[in-house]
Amino acid sequence: MRNVDVCIIGGGPAGLAAALSARKEGIENILILERETFLGGILNQCIHNGFGLHTFKEELTGPEYAARYVQMVEEASIPVLLDTMVIDISKDKVVTAISPQAGLIQIQAISIVLAMGCRERPRGALNIPGFRPSGIYSAGTAQRYVNIEGFLPGKEVVILGSGDIGLIMARRMTLEGAHVLMVCEILPFSGGLKRNIVQCLDDFNIPLRLSHTITKIHGKYRVEGVTVQQVSLDKTPIAGTEEFVACDTILLSVGLIPENELSRKAGLKIHTTTQGPLVNDRFETSIPGVFACGNVLHVHDLVDWVSQEAEFAGQFAAQFVKLGSQISRLLPIVCGYGIRYTVPTTLCIDSMKTLTTVRFRVTDVFKDYYLDVFVGQVRVSHQKKRIVAPGEMESILFKKHWLDSKTEDEEITILLQKE
Amino acid sequence: MKETKQLVCISCPMGCRLEVEMEDKTILQVSGNLCSRGIVYANKELTNPTRILTSILPIIGGVEEMVSVKSKTDIPKNRVFECVKSLKGLVLQAPIHVGDVIVKDLCGTGVSLVATKTVLKK
Ligand SMILES: Cc1cc2nc3c(=O)[nH]c(=O)nc-3n(C[C@H](O)[C@H](O)[C@H](O)COP(=O)(O)OP(=O)(O)OC[C@H]3O[C@@H](n4cnc5c(N)ncnc54)[C@H](O)[C@@H]3O)c2cc1C
Ligand code: SF4
Repeated sequence: MRNVDVCIIGGGPAGLAAALSARKEGIENILILERETFLGGILNQCIHNGFGLHTFKEELTGPEYAARYVQMVEEASIPVLLDTMVIDISKDKVVTAISPQAGLIQIQAISIVLAMGCRERPRGALNIPGFRPSGIYSAGTAQRYVNIEGFLPGKEVVILGSGDIGLIMARRMTLEGAHVLMVCEILPFSGGLKRNIVQCLDDFNIPLRLSHTITKIHGKYRVEGVTVQQVSLDKTPIAGTEEFVACDTILLSVGLIPENELSRKAGLKIHTTTQGPLVNDRFETSIPGVFACGNVLHVHDLVDWVSQEAEFAGQFAAQFVKLGSQISRLLPIVCGYGIRYTVPTTLCIDSMKTLTTVRFRVTDVFKDYYLDVFVGQVRVSHQKKRIVAPGEMESILFKKHWLDSKTEDEEITILLQKE
Repeated sequence: MKETKQLVCISCPMGCRLEVEMEDKTILQVSGNLCSRGIVYANKELTNPTRILTSILPIIGGVEEMVSVKSKTDIPKNRVFECVKSLKGLVLQAPIHVGDVIVKDLCGTGVSLVATKTVLKK
């Protein structure tokens, strides 16, 4: 069995940034395991620009952003095993992987960083009546076909779901000569970034039909059309609003979920909302020495935040190697009104940094609300938010001194209030 | 006549909502921007809107089938389609490196097309 100090699972932006920061902390014996033939993760198929403004102060495309990190990892001579799929992680931190070249590999790690990214919600999760003709793709699969393999999966396209991948693909397919008829979103607001609505839909006059969904798929062998219907606030289709739209292709952009089969098998506690592992402010999961960052932890819309988060995770993973566990008392963060989840869910009072970024998403669109933080009954922060929306990840810098007023077993609550 | 226009800055994924106060064709004030790029964007968007073009091109003899490309800087928004069409039929030869110039001048915009990915020889 091979011994490794910090073993990183996944060679996307999260894994690469975690590896680099562990090295910066002085850890020599690092290993990155990646199941694909290339490093860089999902960024390789995101050929559009919009990455890296915060990290590199310039606007890069996905492949360029990935290339910068790959180059830094190469320059730091951090060992990488490609075509290597991790199939198991044990509680004692033995990582089992398989690869066509090396067969079965076992690695005993001191720290593990989970950076496996996320995957798209499967089609089965949606209940649309009709046959299962060809011409139905998840938006990410279509992105892979168009951008990596170079072929256009259809000509007349309806997109269901207004997540970023769907929006990006609406533009991509339009530029490649397809006709994108509409994007249907079951919710009354879009889950995608505003900039993507402007530059991917508005620029090309592609209608965004909010509070609409597909209620039937027509066609037996190939998609011939869809029935689009308006829905009420509780998402039930409204009778009489049915509309037939002829098309040959449907893209589903209905959300991403963290890739956590491995985490579940390892017995990590999983957050019921994010579907990622529960972590404290050190990005440490319920198994000491196992850390998580990037999309495997919670789905990010910005790779810059992924890199930033991963840098901390790598740093804490390195500290675990040098000093062992740093956790004593954990203080929970409670989601109050309007807050869907926070990452982290707990703070290590004794070892926490003077400033800790707490990321969160809201449950709905809120205009002119205040973001409040309470420690017990004491309000420690009161910030005006002009507008917050579920599609955009928010964050708050939690100051350690806010806990000075804390008496005993009080909780931290984050919530939105009108005043 | 004074009027207020609402824009979404697309210069970075923060997507600031901008309020632009205009009098006739001149911009009096931009608010809602988190950084100065927002002001530049508002000016451009209301006078000469531009976009970065990204696409892919087939490549022969490489470890991958396609290489991703972008316009080095932004091009006028209304020329995007024309520029994409001009790329049809173009086939590259491996190796190609990030930053390599593929087309010197995209349809007379004065902007070059560069590779955004390295594709080495097979
Ligand atoms: C379509 C799309 C558009 C986006 N647009 C933008 C944008 O405009 N701007 C922006 O800033 N961000 C954007 N993002 C977000 C950004 O790309 C992601 O947040 C980022 O790539 C996540 O990084 P990651 O390392 O967590 O995951 P990934 O990039 O998914 O990497 C995970 C890696 O782990 C590997 N892996 C998984 N399981 C295993 C296993 N068992 N064994 C070994 N390896 C494994 C995978 O092969 C993969 O390489 C976009 C994302 C998508 C999908
Ligand atoms: S104003 Fe600045 S921060 Fe806001 S979207 Fe534009 S570039 Fe980004």
